[in-house]
Amino acid sequence: MRDPRRPVVYVAFALIFAFFALTLHDDGFLSRTNLVNIVRQTTPVTVMAVAVVFVFSAGEIDLSIGSVVALSALATADVMQTHSAVLAVAAGLGVGIGVGIVNGLFVTMLRLPSFLVTLATMGVVAGLARSITNLESVAVESSSFIKLFGSGDVGPIPGLAFWAAGTVAIGYFVFGHTRFGAHVLATGDNAGAARVAGIRVDRVKFGVLVLSGGAAAVAGILYTGRLQGASYTVGDQALLTVIAAVVLGGTSLFGGKGSVIGALFGSLIMGVLTNGLILWGLSASEQLIAQGVLLLLAISLTMRVPRDELR
Amino acid sequence: MTPESLVRVEGVRKEFGAVVALEGATLDVDAGEIVALVGDNGAGKSTLVKCIAGVHAPTAGQILVQGRPVHFASPVDARGEGIEAVYQDLALADLQPVYMNVFLGRELVKGPLRRLDRVAMAATTQTLLDELDVRIDSPRRMTRDLSGGQRQGVAIARAVHWSRRLVLMDEPTAALGVEETRRVEEQIRRMRDRGRAILIVSHSLDQVFRLADRICVLRRGTQVGIRRTAETTGDEIVAMITGLR
Repeated sequence: MRDPRRPVVYVAFALIFAFFALTLHDDGFLSRTNLVNIVRQTTPVTVMAVAVVFVFSAGEIDLSIGSVVALSALATADVMQTHSAVLAVAAGLGVGIGVGIVNGLFVTMLRLPSFLVTLATMGVVAGLARSITNLESVAVESSSFIKLFGSGDVGPIPGLAFWAAGTVAIGYFVFGHTRFGAHVLATGDNAGAARVAGIRVDRVKFGVLVLSGGAAAVAGILYTGRLQGASYTVGDQALLTVIAAVVLGGTSLFGGKGSVIGALFGSLIMGVLTNGLILWGLSASEQLIAQGVLLLLAISLTMRVPRDELR
Repeated sequence: MTPESLVRVEGVRKEFGAVVALEGATLDVDAGEIVALVGDNGAGKSTLVKCIAGVHAPTAGQILVQGRPVHFASPVDARGEGIEAVYQDLALADLQPVYMNVFLGRELVKGPLRRLDRVAMAATTQTLLDELDVRIDSPRRMTRDLSGGQRQGVAIARAVHWSRRLVLMDEPTAALGVEETRRVEEQIRRMRDRGRAILIVSHSLDQVFRLADRICVLRRGTQVGIRRTAETTGDEIVAMITGLR
């Protein structure tokens, strides 16, 4: 069960946090406002990362999550112009789950690799997000929506933290303590063995893709709440950040192995890193480079197969 | 054999498109008995095993369990009748602990939330491994870390635990060394002593004569004959396999 490479993410988080805490002490890195900000900014990534742990563990991938974030955010904001917030949230969720169902059907019914299916839907969904509002951003005014999904606090704790904690808790339980979680791992580990053992491999694959579509929709709604509106650029870097978070957390891209708590810490690393680099004065493009470099570093450390294990 | 034998295969035929993989096989297997299936490559051994395991649906003929005709649409149906298979390619999930492989697809749960009962699964696995003398230090060990013989031991433990009637084994020792083969053969005997019927495919005639009570020979999809191990010789079986006499 214990993999010696797994603690890497916790050590990395501690080191990166300590590094910024020391170097950026005078820039307010450790201030309450800044730490709360980090939590707010990481929540949508954490929500998606938890779902993507399931997707990767099942041996699949979902490249469409970034586009789904944008389309769900826009659908939510757009519907809220004329309808209730409840209906708007349902619309946003429906978009994500709908894309997940399409992905799942293509992968299971036509036996296509999820890499290609979600690459295609990523394009379609991104195009839809751009066209439905003609590249315009849409503002949201419902104060109860903004409180629930964005700026609201419960005592001293930002409301968004509860979204992150709730997702991680449910994800941790389902992944590690239910038959579904076990079947996800078995499917990604050895689909043939899982199938002859009576596990409905297709149902598992379908399930994880719907899950990630739904999680991306929730992330889109959370972005809409925090930004008090939506535009097609929401979720632009989500795919890179989420994959980096999940891989940093020790989940294998090849299936059969994953960690929800690891993904949470991976997401926190990405959040702390972005925050620290902003405080350092790096531009958005420089941050992107830093994120890419970190992802490279992460996969070199966690996914490299020792030579004697190559078979 | 009586028509009430534990598992009876009657005129089972399997075609893949225009190719006839198995012309027709008729065979009884009884509780506490090891029957070996021998023949050259392409003789139809694996095809027959897969028909009984529910992997293939026979084109013609039928399978009877205690005299009752059964139809398997999938391995799940076969398992419902107490028939388990140990596959040649070791159908184990490498990155999961040993006990999860024993309970793959049939995990134990507890409580209203249907939590996985890892403690119970590990304990049951430990008991099984002890009974079969499969030497693995802990059922929680990752399956990838096991030797070939230990892995086969896990597959056998799974079959013993879930089978009520018949265990099908396709080349269970093909990938193993001498000592590991001896150990797995001992585990197979223990399964028989626990009242299971065992149908084993093997390329090794030495092994067949060491283990089997009866030997069924297939040649190019046709059943050539069945012999009691005690009443035949290696030469006769070889002649039946090759068709040379």
